[in-house]
Amino acid sequence: MLAKRIIPCLDCDLGVRQGRVVKGVKFKQIRYAGIPWELAEEYDKQGADELIFLDITASHERRETMAKVIEKTSENVFMPLTVGGGIGSLKDARVAFNAGADKVSVNTAALKNPDLINDIAKYFGTQACVIAIDAKRRYGRETGREMVDTPQGECWFECSFYGGREFTGIDAIQWAVEAEERGAGDIMLTSMDRDGTKDGFDIELTCAISDSVNIPVIASGGCGTLEHILEVFKKTNASAALAASIFHFREYTVSDVKEYLKKNGVHVRI
Amino acid sequence: MIAIIDYGMGNLHSIHNALKKVGGDPVIISDSAKLSGADCVVIPGVGSFGDCMTNLAPFKDKLFEVIDSGTPMLGICIGMHVLFDHGEESDSAGFGLIEGDVIRLPRGVKIPQMGWNELRIRRDSDLLSGINNGDFFYFVHSYYCVPVDDSTITASTDYGVDLAAVVEKDNIHAVQFHPEKSSSKGLIILNNFVEMVRC
Repeated sequence: MLAKRIIPCLDCDLGVRQGRVVKGVKFKQIRYAGIPWELAEEYDKQGADELIFLDITASHERRETMAKVIEKTSENVFMPLTVGGGIGSLKDARVAFNAGADKVSVNTAALKNPDLINDIAKYFGTQACVIAIDAKRRYGRETGREMVDTPQGECWFECSFYGGREFTGIDAIQWAVEAEERGAGDIMLTSMDRDGTKDGFDIELTCAISDSVNIPVIASGGCGTLEHILEVFKKTNASAALAASIFHFREYTVSDVKEYLKKNGVHVRI
Repeated sequence: MIAIIDYGMGNLHSIHNALKKVGGDPVIISDSAKLSGADCVVIPGVGSFGDCMTNLAPFKDKLFEVIDSGTPMLGICIGMHVLFDHGEESDSAGFGLIEGDVIRLPRGVKIPQMGWNELRIRRDSDLLSGINNGDFFYFVHSYYCVPVDDSTITASTDYGVDLAAVVEKDNIHAVQFHPEKSSSKGLIILNNFVEMVRC
């Protein structure tokens, strides 16, 4: 049986020499957490199942810096590595793969040019193509939207791009289904309402998306406690949970999380 | 020298780095003549069955030669699949070094299988020395191998069906998962493989 995956996310500021892992709150304020490959090695020792490196600056000239981060990491860390943030073309994807990445995560570029999903899947395989969806709740009924009941009322979920700075008007559930059809291998689903709040994952959002697609969904945004991770696995069909700050600032180790999940009946790799 | 066959289907950094990490001396080769000097050979796993067979064709004669001479060989993922008789994915012939077919994962499971799954060890093998029943390895695949001779399966994994995870026949070793992506347990397997040359 496949294990539920625990994925630390390394948000990288590549404007700093060698790059720094940072953590923002609700896509804004920034704190520094460490050097990417050193944290990566630490997470490997703790039993992380996969790592995601996000270039939060996402600027073109820093693509090479990210490639160096991945090259350096892959010398000593042997687990699936995903690169995201500013991947805008097949060429960007190739730079990441050549540096040692196993998957690329695409958000803005795929929303603007959905064929990019087909292309990445065709050239590098569906397993190499992660679609990142940053979704925000929109309350109130609208026609043509996938409405979802939540304790706070009925809502739909809108996709955002450009790192949460702009909105697309695109329905996240419909987009997830389309992404799968086009060849996405994973969906990395971030709740913009919960990101950085430590209030727990958006269960209704995660349920809605993971029940609409057959590909694995990585739940992200809002993780603050061990109970939050247990809740997302117990209440939704998410295949993986992503967290950043609880790991970066050493509130919990990945092994703490896994021991807790195992004790509570979740199948994890220990 | 450990020869990693580069058949132009993707990056081989991970397997190269992982073999180096366990003390091997890997060299990525794209010229079949260089296979002759190899102490062992790795066929990495990238791409689809048909493309792999096409791109591996220039290596075939030399590869068979070194395998006949007893050189240890490790096939990973697609590199495992091509050792069999036939691949359903592109309806094409494989190398036929191990009797059997490569077929699609059963209905009812998510395809590809992507993630960490447990090994069920069927019998002792040098390759699996230090690996315990239930240890996790990283799998990414849509097809799996069905050897005619069941006894060549040294370990299996459960994904809708009890499928071959490790197949071994004389000096030919093949793994469905990616040891170079399976953290410390994967490195144990690669170390065991490298050790086969040392002794």
